[in-house]
Amino acid sequence: MLELIVYGIVFGSIISLGAIGLTLVFGIIRFANFAHGDLMTTGAYIALFMVTTALAWIGIPDTTFGSLSFGWRMLIAFPVSMAIVGGLAIAADRILYRKLRDQGSGPVMLAMSSLGIAFIIRMLILIFWGADSLFYKPGLLRPAIEMPVGVKIRPDQILILILVFGMVILLHLFMQKTKMGKAMRATADNMELALVSGIDTDRVIILTWGIGGALAAAGGILYGIDVQVHAYMGWNFLIPLFAATILGTIGNMWGALVGGLVIGVVQQVSTAFLMPTYKPAVAFMVMILILLFRPKGIFGGKQE
Amino acid sequence: MEIGGLIAYLVALAITAGIYAVFCLGLNIQWGYTGLFNIGIAGFFCVGAYISAMITLPVCGIIAFLIGIPTLRLGEDYLAISTLGIAETFRLIFNNEKWLANGARGLTGLPQPLENLIDPKYYNYIYLVIIVIILAAIYLLIERAIRSPWGRVLRAIREDEASAAMSGKDIFNFKMQSLVFGAMVMGVGGALFAHYMKAVSPEIFTPLYGTFIIWVMLIAGGSGNNKGAILGAYVIWGIWIGTQLLTDYLPLFLKARAPYIRFLVIGVLLELILVYRPQGLLGEEKKVSKMME
Repeated sequence: MLELIVYGIVFGSIISLGAIGLTLVFGIIRFANFAHGDLMTTGAYIALFMVTTALAWIGIPDTTFGSLSFGWRMLIAFPVSMAIVGGLAIAADRILYRKLRDQGSGPVMLAMSSLGIAFIIRMLILIFWGADSLFYKPGLLRPAIEMPVGVKIRPDQILILILVFGMVILLHLFMQKTKMGKAMRATADNMELALVSGIDTDRVIILTWGIGGALAAAGGILYGIDVQVHAYMGWNFLIPLFAATILGTIGNMWGALVGGLVIGVVQQVSTAFLMPTYKPAVAFMVMILILLFRPKGIFGGKQE
Repeated sequence: MEIGGLIAYLVALAITAGIYAVFCLGLNIQWGYTGLFNIGIAGFFCVGAYISAMITLPVCGIIAFLIGIPTLRLGEDYLAISTLGIAETFRLIFNNEKWLANGARGLTGLPQPLENLIDPKYYNYIYLVIIVIILAAIYLLIERAIRSPWGRVLRAIREDEASAAMSGKDIFNFKMQSLVFGAMVMGVGGALFAHYMKAVSPEIFTPLYGTFIIWVMLIAGGSGNNKGAILGAYVIWGIWIGTQLLTDYLPLFLKARAPYIRFLVIGVLLELILVYRPQGLLGEEKKVSKMME
């Protein structure tokens, strides 16, 4: 049981990375981005392409660091993939979502078009890589180390936790200390007011997409390191992502982190009673309970 | 292709598109007229197909009612995510619980109405007639309902919830009625589908086949227009089948991935419609009552 909770925290921290991006976009542009899960998939596959093909071709050695399951190649692929997916998210906004916003399409049409983007991304991945599960390093035995109180955890998983919390703290500092971060928070609070105070809201939107996309890519890659890479992984993340976002109150970064951890633990613990394939359904049930009893999430204050 | 084969092919095409048209009409009630964002059509599709026949109406209605309780008071995004969640949950249940409906293998050998009357070779003609009659009945029913005072309230809610509430309309109740009504129509579509295919299995009800393509159909045809909903179903289904014929010309190494390429085309088509023709082919009818000039 304790082991399931620990795995749940690892899984939940990955959900958090996606949920933070989702909640930032939701908070500023106010539409449900159904393509967010598939941005995670994109990040994972770009890293896969670099690790198994591009960087191998350049001649970066394939050795791994100590007891971790990856090496220099992944260390290069990780930030590059984050940058590319951030760029793709911005491109989708410039090419598509901004046009729809400008012509006055409602949030539902924006959400619908993001669902379209989700399918387009997934189909492209299926066309290039097919529907098989893939690994960054196939056939590698990944030994777990015994922790006190009998919990087995892999070195990879410890690193995932450190990375996730490191990124969240960096983002927090960025949001609190820098001018741009403050502009982002102001825009999320009230876009018109931010605009009249001289904030370049268009730049804020671009930055939000960039951060959201980069975090999604990081989440996707970490899931790939922990479990596997699969064309449908992002879609399976989508319901947990929204559950975490709503649980942690839409627009609240720390809420998304807490929400992600809660959903991850609940999903993982549920495998003790239910088939693991029911994990998205479990996240959904948690979400329905939140909607029934606390629709504004845990940080949303009292309901009016 | 000989002429008899061609006709049989066209009949099969018309039947499937007709079934999709039923879904489009159901979605049109919810989205086109009331502005309810349901992206879990696959769930109602699935339940309708498995349960079939007469009880599909109450069952789909009850499910819609239950999902409406926590979500209809909240924003449209919540309804979308919840319907998506319920659709995925149903698919998982039907996929995993072998005792319920044979799990992932699904059910086969379902009966077809009036199947003893005619040579199975010509059965599709009868089924096409059944589809056309049911489609026409649903179309007339919705047209009648939407032109009634009840239908005008739905459109008022879609345009401006606050002012509809100020006129003394119970928003939640009307939204609920629209959601349940649409879900029942979708249930009928699911039942029609199951008896046509004579088999159902969970893989049919993925978000791709069960939800996304129906949204594309309605948006393409023109949401808020029942004729558009039917037209969209036939046009998009025609394009979908047409791309199947085109995949014969693909190079060999891409052939195995042809279904993905076809869905890519549908996805791109949706984005193009949303940007360049958001009102769809027909657009919404402005006049709803003959009393208005």
